Amino acid sequence: MSAAEERHGAPPFFKGSCEKVFLRRFAGHMRDRKQGIGVAEIAVHGSAMEQAGSHDRTRALNAFRLGDKAFYWTTRICAILVLLLLGGIIVSLIVGAWPAIVQFGSAFLTTQRWAPSAEPPVLGALSPLYGTILTSVIAMAIAIPVGIGIAVFLTELCPLWARRPIGMAIELLAGIPSIIYGMWGFFILGPFLANTVQPFFIDLFAGVPVLGSIFGGPPSYLSLFNASLILAIMVLPFITAISRDVFATVPPVLKEAAYGVGCTTWEVVRHVVLPYTRVGVIGGVMLALGRALGETMAVTFIIGNSFRISPSIFAPGTTISAAIASEFAESDGLHQSSLMLLGLLLFVLTFFVLAAARLMLLRLEKKAGKQA
Amino acid sequence: MNPIYAARRGRDIVVRALCFAAAAFGVTWLALILFTLFYNGLAGMSWQLFTQNTPPPGASEGGLVNAIVGSVIMTVIGVGVGAPIGLFAGTYLAEYGRHDRLSPVIRFINDILLSAPSIIIGLFIYGAVVVPMRGFSALAGSLALAVIVIPVVVRTTEDMLMLVPNSLREAASALGLPRSLVIKRIAYRAARAGLITGVLLATARVAGETAPLLFTALSNQFFSVDLTNTIANLPVTINNFVQSPYVYWKQLAWSGALLITLAVLALNIGARLIGSERTAK
Amino acid sequence: MTDVSAAAAAARSAVPPPVPDTDRPAKIVTRNLNFYYGQHHALKDINLSIAANRVTAFIGPSGCGKSTLLRIFNRMYDLYPGQRVEGQVLLDDTNILDPRLDLNLLRARVGMVFQKPTPFPMTIYENIAFGIRLYEKLSKSEMDGRVEKALRGGALWNEVKDKLNASGLSLSGGQQQRLCIARTVAVRPEVILFDEPCSALDPISTARVEELIDELKDQYTIAIVTHNMQQAARVSDSTAFMYLGEMVEFGPTNKLFTSPADRRTQDYITGRFG
Repeated sequence: MSAAEERHGAPPFFKGSCEKVFLRRFAGHMRDRKQGIGVAEIAVHGSAMEQAGSHDRTRALNAFRLGDKAFYWTTRICAILVLLLLGGIIVSLIVGAWPAIVQFGSAFLTTQRWAPSAEPPVLGALSPLYGTILTSVIAMAIAIPVGIGIAVFLTELCPLWARRPIGMAIELLAGIPSIIYGMWGFFILGPFLANTVQPFFIDLFAGVPVLGSIFGGPPSYLSLFNASLILAIMVLPFITAISRDVFATVPPVLKEAAYGVGCTTWEVVRHVVLPYTRVGVIGGVMLALGRALGETMAVTFIIGNSFRISPSIFAPGTTISAAIASEFAESDGLHQSSLMLLGLLLFVLTFFVLAAARLMLLRLEKKAGKQA
Repeated sequence: MNPIYAARRGRDIVVRALCFAAAAFGVTWLALILFTLFYNGLAGMSWQLFTQNTPPPGASEGGLVNAIVGSVIMTVIGVGVGAPIGLFAGTYLAEYGRHDRLSPVIRFINDILLSAPSIIIGLFIYGAVVVPMRGFSALAGSLALAVIVIPVVVRTTEDMLMLVPNSLREAASALGLPRSLVIKRIAYRAARAGLITGVLLATARVAGETAPLLFTALSNQFFSVDLTNTIANLPVTINNFVQSPYVYWKQLAWSGALLITLAVLALNIGARLIGSERTAK
Repeated sequence: MTDVSAAAAAARSAVPPPVPDTDRPAKIVTRNLNFYYGQHHALKDINLSIAANRVTAFIGPSGCGKSTLLRIFNRMYDLYPGQRVEGQVLLDDTNILDPRLDLNLLRARVGMVFQKPTPFPMTIYENIAFGIRLYEKLSKSEMDGRVEKALRGGALWNEVKDKLNASGLSLSGGQQQRLCIARTVAVRPEVILFDEPCSALDPISTARVEELIDELKDQYTIAIVTHNMQQAARVSDSTAFMYLGEMVEFGPTNKLFTSPADRRTQDYITGRFG
């Protein structure tokens, strides 16, 4: 018996069902209480109520408690699964690549030859590494200015009615599966570039010492340059979308202050928006770079899958992901292991790029958080 | 006009024009891609696509029904496995783990996985599922897709739950709700539109994924719904047909590409509509 | 009688906390209550007792700790780490700061109405039925009766009886707040805490909520935090004035507002700071 009840001498029959007590309380909703008659009675009702109520409630709660614990642990285990996933990826790549690591060691990184059927096989990562980095760099060189330009257009220049549709169109461009870009590049863009853009550059730089060999002929449907252009179109929406989001974090008062002293749109962007969002934009660019490095299907059809490093960007080449995509299913033994090792290299490369990108974006988020 | 101001104005106009050109450039590509896709894809649209299996080399008759069914099966299983895991993990980060030291690590790793090359996921599933099971299978393909779904759903779930105002959680707690019910009955309901958006976006993301299926599900010329066997699917079928010498196969590749794109665009637009409904309120 | 309550009774007789209205039994008693947000000492040695079936108001300038105090009574602070409490809070002689106490049970006994209306994202009917269903299994007709009673208790029934299936979010701000009060009443608490319940409402809605609070005190013990001194004067039986985490003065409302004992109370109620 609770102390409260003892003090006020609650009659035992009040320990009835919840409903009865509740009705009594409502029945007791009478004015005479206010006149001081029911002082003790109110207290009695209160504590009897608590008795009956808490008994039922305790029972109900015990039923919840197990579910509460189970739900907590389900979510926690799933969260930890995310960590295990990364661990699993790293372990399975290392296990798969181990024979190649043992066989080739660091020479893998510096060998250009890729001869899986030679006796013994000679396999080196130099050409795919070169292709991966070169295509990504060219793609970024095109996509960064264009992507940021579109973001500036959308946030500062575009009439309001067009902002949503154009922004949406750009974002949908990001949603199109990469194989669509790949086959479009293969059927449409490749022939177009080989017939128009490539001959133009080849003629333009013919005879010029260094540029002449970089833009050296003959024109080709399948080339590093074509792959770079498709990659640029693919990562464009990422850069635009992230730049637009970080531009939106600039406090309007800052921009208004700059416009207030008579700055032009370009000056506001150049001296207020870009400096303020620099970290975020760089983070977005790195994120896009991570995409470009690992992109597979857009590149595989159009790059030519040649393991020879040529000075010309119009020559066929390969990237790590293209090499894996086109050879893995039919590989075995050391050949397969080497492809796994290529995958591991790609993962390490993208991991660092993405980690750097995320750290930068995180810093920006903290900054925005402090201001909010 | 003041010459300094004239120069500033000139520069401003040039930059504005460049930005406009950039936007035109971006929209042009989208229009071009969609145009050729529809132009070539519609040419091959017929009932055959949905009633006949993929043809053998050189044949001039056949459809994509086995590939369509295979893609749907793997996408459904992939999302069915990945979405709940992602939902729970995102719930942990947003609700229980706000102040624990593990959460920032999980959040960071999840962001890495979110942008990790999908072909790497394929290699992982090859090593973790295909090799132990001694063969390519629809199951392996589905799991590869699930691994891609998880980080997408984790991210959107966490973001959406973070938008649920704390006052709502306090109000629910003040009624005596246990924590799990505060989350399941109140927070989930308040964030429902956002959570559905996240799952739809994840579905759109994997519906067209090709790279991770190339050496997990492989492909199959015939109709199969056996999860332990290789299975036909649209992306890999397109991949194989694009590079073939047969005109009819190329035509089927265009039609398949159009189907995938339409499905993905529909999912994306649907997700956005549901998402904007929430913000409109 | 349990040991805990014996100790509590002994403690009470040793240092009687201020009880302004001695003809009522105390529902909540705090003893040497201290509260910390990390390093910040937010409440300093609070001793008070809240009388059953009375309205006790807490006033004071922003940051004086009145909301913090209220959130201790249902341990809402437990949701956040880094917040620490010392001392005792007795609810009917149970120390609610006991870490073994079941919080959900406590919160079902001590309801709370918040500053901003917080209707759940569901229908009006469900907003009420939801809380009841947590602890009781009722038939459809019993539930209908309970929902009606609760809505009548929240003085909202006449306005919503024809649209019980409309979203709770479709109501006006004042109606939403009364819905939240009805929802709180529906789970049959013993104490209701109001945390500035009218600060987001217009004057007419405010008047309705104040009337409601006056009706509710027949059945419930009520504690209300308010910024508005007129409101405290209108609705409460006793008033506590807090300043910088200290309880400066606690007494019957009409005494506190007409002849405050402390200089700081006088300054505050005459508008010299706050």
